[in-house]
Amino acid sequence: MATLTISGLYKRFGPVEVLKGIDLEARTGEFVALVGPSGCGKSTLLAMIAGLESVSEGEIRIDGTLVNSVAPKDRDIAMVFQSYALYPTMTARQNMTFGMESRGVPKAEQDTAIKRVASLLQIEPLLNRKPGQLSGGQRQRVAMGRALVRDPKLFLFDEPLSNLDAKLRVDMRTEIKKLHLRVGKTTIYVTHDQIEAMTLASRIAVMHQGSIQQFDEPQVVYDHPANIFVAGFMGSPSMNFIPGELTKVDGHPAVAIALAGGETAMLPLPQPPQSRPANGKVVLGVRPEHLFRYDPTLKSQKAGLAMLTAPVEVVEPTGAETHAVLKVGEREIVGRFDPDGAPRLGELLPLGIDMAHACLFDPDTQALIRLGSA
Amino acid sequence: MVDATYDLAFDPHARSANLRFIAGRIAVYGFLGLFALIYLIPLFVIVANSFRELPEITRNGLIAIPQSFSLKAWPQAWLHHCVAGTCEGIHRNFYNSLIMTIPATIFSTVLGAINGYVLSKWRFPGSETLFACMTLGVFMPGQVSLLPWAFILGTVGLSNTIYGLILVHVVQGMSFTTLFCRNYYVGIPDDLIKAARIDGAGFWRIFFKIILPLSPPILIVTVIWQFTGIWNEYLFGVVFTGGRQQPVTAALVGLATNSMNARSYDVASCAVLIAAIPPLLIYFFGGKYFVRGLTQGAIK
Repeated sequence: MATLTISGLYKRFGPVEVLKGIDLEARTGEFVALVGPSGCGKSTLLAMIAGLESVSEGEIRIDGTLVNSVAPKDRDIAMVFQSYALYPTMTARQNMTFGMESRGVPKAEQDTAIKRVASLLQIEPLLNRKPGQLSGGQRQRVAMGRALVRDPKLFLFDEPLSNLDAKLRVDMRTEIKKLHLRVGKTTIYVTHDQIEAMTLASRIAVMHQGSIQQFDEPQVVYDHPANIFVAGFMGSPSMNFIPGELTKVDGHPAVAIALAGGETAMLPLPQPPQSRPANGKVVLGVRPEHLFRYDPTLKSQKAGLAMLTAPVEVVEPTGAETHAVLKVGEREIVGRFDPDGAPRLGELLPLGIDMAHACLFDPDTQALIRLGSA
Repeated sequence: MVDATYDLAFDPHARSANLRFIAGRIAVYGFLGLFALIYLIPLFVIVANSFRELPEITRNGLIAIPQSFSLKAWPQAWLHHCVAGTCEGIHRNFYNSLIMTIPATIFSTVLGAINGYVLSKWRFPGSETLFACMTLGVFMPGQVSLLPWAFILGTVGLSNTIYGLILVHVVQGMSFTTLFCRNYYVGIPDDLIKAARIDGAGFWRIFFKIILPLSPPILIVTVIWQFTGIWNEYLFGVVFTGGRQQPVTAALVGLATNSMNARSYDVASCAVLIAAIPPLLIYFFGGKYFVRGLTQGAIK
């Protein structure tokens, strides 16, 4: 079992700084997801952990040992690539034994390892086929098998599901989760898909422009995003951002937002903000699932409820739920509604907002403004 | 019930279109056939002359319908014909060509594959510049390097030897083989190399176990290219070797310009045909791979 500790890591290609001071750690058996849009540096970071890219500055430690200048083969890691990177001229079995042969593992040991992994991944019937004769999902399994026969300290996954079609991707996601529960290896998993990150990881590192924006458990990242970028990146449909101003109603803290026709709506905050931007301007972040059709009888049951009316612009049924685009002031916001009682096109919807789950951001620093007593 | 029929006895539009199509085809095949014929006439003349008797050739001219048949010229060309006082035919020069072409082809292909592997998969600062310099050799006419080569061969003591020619052809050919292999290997995904490095394979193990098994298409291309190129090359052969050391192409020139006796067109024709056999064989057996290798990407 192994830990990974990264501190003050920089990567520069000439004058271009790709990674700017990364600090990250994975505890034994942990599943850490690196997530971010393309070009955020997540794949570079993974390649540096694997030893395929050199370190410009900073430290990478596996199990406390500094590995900055250790060759990939000596880091005791296994990696699954987005392209699978199966050796095209070798059979599935040869693909899996190639590494063991390189390291001089005895034949008998190789056979046991193959047997163990093949039954774990249910690829016994495929062992004598070449990659060209395998489907995408089967190639994916063989690629994981190649990593698993190694019994490494660290598992590295580089967007392993991106080349699969949507349905298979969901299946393989579950497989990977099961596999991790069974094998329990420390895993670093790179993805641009926030749902993959949410479902698989024990902790998520959200990356943007070469630095980690937030590193925390999935639910914390989702409920208390560190800044507007994280808030917008995690969750689909994205969080709605409405510009507003901090104010007070009857002595209680509230956010005032502009509606159409010069009106303002006062949305009460459950708790006072811990800090206050200079001019009182804030960005209110509301997730689509925290919007609902307002029902006066709910008022007594739910705390931190706000109400306003919004015209319905677009209705998109997805089956399980219905998304609706609503107009609030000059902004369009998206809400997720139960198909029963979903908004109808053209309707003037009495809109309830669950303010207990809303987030406030500082429009200048983009950072989250925490609520409640410090 | 009456079956409706759309069968017209005479449809002028369909008929004229059909006629135009047939006329077009006749024109196309006629032209192609004509040009093929023009292209084949020299070959026919050479083959015919190799089986004619010399007096008949001199009487009726080089280009004429054969009126005699003889096999005499073939052994003459291979074993006995005299050029500049030595009467050994071209067999010695033919062997010279084999001894030169086979190792030169193998060495230049192997070096090209390794160069291509390094320049595509193990890039280092300046490797692109190095590659650009190497490919310059592709565009440089051989005549330019005659003098430098003469100097080098003289210095290392390989003047007028087949080994000297091997060295020249290996070095001259490396630009081509490196260019071919490098461009082919660029198409092999880098992830394969990364996966192999993590798997613990080193430079040579990756080359032999992963790159080489993927290489047959491009290696066949380079082997055909190099073999025919080196076999047919004659400038270096003429300049750097003489007499019994010459490759067959150089000997052919000597045979054609031999002023000691009357022109023996029958023997010259046989010699030309013999000299053309190896590249033809190579192309017969490897030709389809040649086209395939040039047009195919590395991996689907």
